[in-house]
Amino acid sequence: MRPLARRRLGKAALNTAGVLVFLVAIFPVYWMVSTAFKANDQIFTTDFIPFPTHFTFEHITRVLTEGVAEHSIWLYMRNSAIVALGTVVIGAVFALLSATAVARFRFKGRTAFLALLLVAQMIPAEALVIPLFLGVKRLGLYDQLLGLIVTQVALTLPFGIWMLRTFVAAVPKSLEEAAWIDGASRFTTFWKVLFPLVAPGLVATSIFSFITAWNELIMALYLISDPTKYTMPVALQYFFGQKGTDWGAIMASSTMMTIPVVIFFLVVQRRMVSGLVAGAVKG
Amino acid sequence: MTDTSTLSRGGGHSSTPGRRRAPRRARASGLPAWSIPYVLLIPGLLVIGALLLWPLIQMVIISFQKVGLVQISGKKPATWLGLENYTNVLDNDIFWSSLRNTVVFAAVAVPLTLVLGTAVGVLLHRLGKKMSLFVIIGIMFAWAVPPVAQGVIWRWLFDAEAGVINWALNLLPDWLSSALFGRADWTGQPWLNDAWSIYMVLIICVVWASFPFIAVSVLAGLKGIPAELYEAARVDGSGPWRTFRKITFPLLKPVFAVLTVLSIIWDFKVFAQLYVLAGTSNREAYNLSMYAVTEAFKAPPKMGSGAAIAVVLTVILLIVTAAYIRQMFKQEEV
Repeated sequence: MRPLARRRLGKAALNTAGVLVFLVAIFPVYWMVSTAFKANDQIFTTDFIPFPTHFTFEHITRVLTEGVAEHSIWLYMRNSAIVALGTVVIGAVFALLSATAVARFRFKGRTAFLALLLVAQMIPAEALVIPLFLGVKRLGLYDQLLGLIVTQVALTLPFGIWMLRTFVAAVPKSLEEAAWIDGASRFTTFWKVLFPLVAPGLVATSIFSFITAWNELIMALYLISDPTKYTMPVALQYFFGQKGTDWGAIMASSTMMTIPVVIFFLVVQRRMVSGLVAGAVKG
Repeated sequence: MTDTSTLSRGGGHSSTPGRRRAPRRARASGLPAWSIPYVLLIPGLLVIGALLLWPLIQMVIISFQKVGLVQISGKKPATWLGLENYTNVLDNDIFWSSLRNTVVFAAVAVPLTLVLGTAVGVLLHRLGKKMSLFVIIGIMFAWAVPPVAQGVIWRWLFDAEAGVINWALNLLPDWLSSALFGRADWTGQPWLNDAWSIYMVLIICVVWASFPFIAVSVLAGLKGIPAELYEAARVDGSGPWRTFRKITFPLLKPVFAVLTVLSIIWDFKVFAQLYVLAGTSNREAYNLSMYAVTEAFKAPPKMGSGAAIAVVLTVILLIVTAAYIRQMFKQEEV
């Protein structure tokens, strides 16, 4: 009986630890969401109000209609969505081509290219933003979402290729070879055989790029100065300067910004890990 | 995969005689087979070259130049300064405090993240299936919050007047609070005024947001270790700590190596959270990223010295990345 009792106790301790980790991780997120639904008298108080008893949609409707700084946050959400989707669409094509090259072919310079991808991932955006600002200005793309999209493609592409190449490599080569023997052209083989099988990986990679572009602050901060072209991250920090700190509105906005990311995260969680530590984690 | 696999697809280079299969012409395109990977790489290489590598070179060039308002507007060409930007930056106290902040932050946040993440990963591995999923979903929320929103959340939690942290500290019995911190009343405690406490909040924020990734990666690694190893260890009477040191750690060493380097890279460039927590007016609280961009963009813009600071940061990151790349290529057959 004794070892059994001890094991039961151990199990209870483990579960308690699990619940504790859950609470610590989720509390700040919960606090953001609950503040967004609290009336102001429950926000600006030194008391702890665990649950919004004066539940209100006031902040959510306010940020969606009049907004914190003149514009509704739909504008910023739309700008962010345009930038993130543009990045995904352009990035996906480029990533797929490069990933096919490194996963399907052995060629001179392949290892160098892979090393280049890793180096490129390291380059800090803080360093790139200065020359990119000057370049974008020269090309007349300053203050334009297109300029931002172009820089986001560059920031997300190296990791996109790195991640996608494992998906391409996972498609058995024999399938393409069979199509090839049956007389399919190289393009048909790619489009009809490889592409459908790689599509789930392409979705995962695209979601990753979407999140990166959606969250990006530095480029958005310094390549855009027109408030109607702000993306969500820029708008969110900008709200602090507006007539005192309106925590209800800020929390409502940051909740809105977080929702799409959380949804995407739950979809591709497992694949993100496999992409980042590919190969080092086996199993 | 070997070289022959390439050949079998496209027929191979025509200058490889002696192959049984005759060189086949590419059917759809007129391209020779050996050129296909290069053609596929062209768009990606162009983007990386034009938007990452070329700017990187430009950054180094700019760091030797004077690029202010007049030069940005194109009224005057950039003037060559030689090492002046670097000597000015190195003479500035803000540079040294930024460097200190960057290094101290990474030195505290990286080990904390790794230890906490590993502990949670091991815990997840030992929990039952349902419980493990429940905890994973919980930590996923912390992980998914965008960096700017992370800053916003923690700024709110540490708010001087209405923050939950000050409320919780007020719960401590007065004698204990006085003995530990020399004060009993925490209401109005401004956490985000001095560099010291800003970085404490930043560390909590970043560790909170990044431990889930470590935990899930460690869990994935643990799942790959055969259960028999643990059974054998138990039969031999090995305790949990010893089992971790002798089995788990050595087997997961490659995972830890990659995770460590990634964490160092990420924590050295931390920007969005600091930007929200501290703003740009508190120069004492700058880290290198923040110092580089504010120097370059805050009026009056000094792109040259901003670039010089960015060069220093990039060199540090390059050294760390070299370690990352060696580890990646040692680990896997890429």
